Amino acid sequence: MRRVYLDNAATTPTAAEVVDVISDQLTNNWGNASSLHGFGRQARAKLDEARHVIAQSINAEDEEIIFTSGGTESNNTAITEVALRNKSKGNKIITTKIEHPSVLKSMNRLEKMGFEVVYLDVDQNGLISLDQFKQELDDQTILVSIMMGNNEVGSHMPIQEIGEILKDHQAVFHTDAVQAYGLLDIDVKRDKIDLLSTSAHKLNGPKMMGFLYKNSTVNFDSFIVGGEQEDKRRAGTENVANIAGFAKAASLLSEDKKQELQTRYAGFKQQIIQTLNDNEIDFEINGSLDSNNLQHVFNIWLKGVSTYVMQTNLDLAGIAISGGSACTAGSLEPSHVLTAMYGADSPRIGESIRISFGKHTTSEDIDYLCDQIVLIEDRLKKMAKM
Amino acid sequence: MADNSKTRVVVGMSGGVDSSVVAYLLKKQGYDVVGVFMKNWDDTDENGYCTATEDYKDVAKVAAKIGIPYYSVNFEKEYWDRVFTYFLDEYKKGRTPNPDVICNNEIKFKAFLDYAISLGADYVATGHYAQVERDENGHQHLLRATDGNKDQTYFLSQLSADQLDRVMFPLGGMIKPDVRKVAEEAGLSVYDKKDSVGICFIGEKNFREFLGNYLPAKSGKMMTLDGEVMGEHAGLMYYTIGQRRGLGIGGGSKNNEPWFVIGKDLSKNILYVGQGFENEHLYASSLDASDMHFVNKLGAERGHDFRCTAKFRYRAQDVPVTVHFSDDFSKVTVDFDDPARAITPGQALVLYDGEECIGGGIIDAAYSTEKKLLQYI
Repeated sequence: MRRVYLDNAATTPTAAEVVDVISDQLTNNWGNASSLHGFGRQARAKLDEARHVIAQSINAEDEEIIFTSGGTESNNTAITEVALRNKSKGNKIITTKIEHPSVLKSMNRLEKMGFEVVYLDVDQNGLISLDQFKQELDDQTILVSIMMGNNEVGSHMPIQEIGEILKDHQAVFHTDAVQAYGLLDIDVKRDKIDLLSTSAHKLNGPKMMGFLYKNSTVNFDSFIVGGEQEDKRRAGTENVANIAGFAKAASLLSEDKKQELQTRYAGFKQQIIQTLNDNEIDFEINGSLDSNNLQHVFNIWLKGVSTYVMQTNLDLAGIAISGGSACTAGSLEPSHVLTAMYGADSPRIGESIRISFGKHTTSEDIDYLCDQIVLIEDRLKKMAKM
Repeated sequence: MADNSKTRVVVGMSGGVDSSVVAYLLKKQGYDVVGVFMKNWDDTDENGYCTATEDYKDVAKVAAKIGIPYYSVNFEKEYWDRVFTYFLDEYKKGRTPNPDVICNNEIKFKAFLDYAISLGADYVATGHYAQVERDENGHQHLLRATDGNKDQTYFLSQLSADQLDRVMFPLGGMIKPDVRKVAEEAGLSVYDKKDSVGICFIGEKNFREFLGNYLPAKSGKMMTLDGEVMGEHAGLMYYTIGQRRGLGIGGGSKNNEPWFVIGKDLSKNILYVGQGFENEHLYASSLDASDMHFVNKLGAERGHDFRCTAKFRYRAQDVPVTVHFSDDFSKVTVDFDDPARAITPGQALVLYDGEECIGGGIIDAAYSTEKKLLQYI
């Protein structure tokens, strides 16, 4: 059976070059980077080299990069530790309704500790209103956490504008760039970002790997305590092999390459729209086709077809897409993103799928996907007539 | 061997040993097997523990072992609307419903069957102990399982020929110990998993406490038919006809015999009790049932009046009876050859002709030998 992977927003295949680097490091450079001997120094050298590559990728300084276990840890650390460190300056935090659970649940925890968290609304394009943001921003606000690009609908938040507004404000600006890093041009100096979270496996790197960028003016305690690794900001022996693999993955994505991918993915969207229209499939796009968005994510509402039915049928045909995140016993959690965009009663919530493209996706893959969607819809129409 | 690889069978996998063996056997026979777990109820507690989550993990392990894809589908809303609401309504009426009969008809062999067909399934298979036989004229017959101890035709009696046409019960010809043996030999981790007990959504929880969460309990008098007050009951819904435990009254007069629930008066909120397992008021010689249904068309061809055997509760032997159907076959009066004990309104009446389950309905009322309505509700 043909197998097509269209769930690249969940994770991506590990690049062969990355596998080579990791394998080489695990075999030949397994020392502890904190050790004060030759093996340690060799590992430290690789770690420093990787840190520099990563720092360059977002126009940061080397010492502003903290390697972590991934997006979730980066978000947990940034949000929790910044809030606790700045408690004396105020009590208010601003975020959005469509953040990743690792942000939202960190916020819930802070609320239980007595912080006031404001969750900004989003419109049907999955974007916040800067007016609402400015209204909420006050002198009690200590932290603003707004994702760069959304993982379900690909909306691209006005990060530069927010950075500009916060330029002379006490609030620390954090952005979850897990989906955006590897696809968008990110410059933390230009965009005036204080903290930024990423994850390696979204860009063909290893899992359990990521970094938190931390502007040198921002200070907080380590979330994971223990040794003095990462300038005392993240305890635990550095996984030099994975860090080197991460740097490799990042270096494979030049600005030109990112632009090329964005354009190619936008073309895949048009291909799907065209084919589904030609076959009279009743569907609508969730979010927008704005060219500023993350083009690798395409979320569509297939009217009248439950997410379970479509996702399972596609999987049986060898196609991997996402129907949302699983909660208890494999049941699907209603999407908090679509709920925020369209309201809890919208039929879109139970009838949408997310298709997400990656470096390896081909136009033939998209054809196969569309063929199968049409086949499935035909079968369901026949059933309905029975 | 026939090429089964083009025949897609969706197996309703619960994470138990029976449905696991079903998936294993069908896969071995070369079918295109897809495992689907149904989540009909959420019992997540304050510690985040949920029975369904644990069961789904077992489905994952077994499916990986067998080498089949597995999925989950959520019918909580359908279950609530079509089964649980019915369950509560019956209790409100003072009856003792059998939600599994309704669940099979409305969820497992309706919502789930439709779902399976939408996945391109030719058949749905489950771990029920029952057999389906297609005769030369294309009629579907529902037959008892080989393992008489496990036979579940009682719960399947509301199914139609159209439903049976799409159903496989691979365990119908097996006995339970053999099913466990197959599971063990196949290396399925659930081979020694405990069978689920009781009504699925209640499980091993305290039944009174569970029901009390949904229905207000109104305590009242517990008395004999002669009007002697024996104590207080905690709410009529908590008692079922023939029940001995939980009455809180000891022997006393009449040879110190134990006490049993013999009837309920819903309007006066009285629970009637009587002494002795063989208390005469527990015995009926006929009953009325409604929502009657025949498994196949041949049922009605038997005419309005005929002899057959009948079961009035799951773990009982069927007994010889004569049935008298209403004109439209929706209702029936059943005369027993010998008086039967503790006929309970709300439970299923199921009719058999030898090994075949003809159909059934829901018991509404029971009558004594003198054709007097028993004070059941």
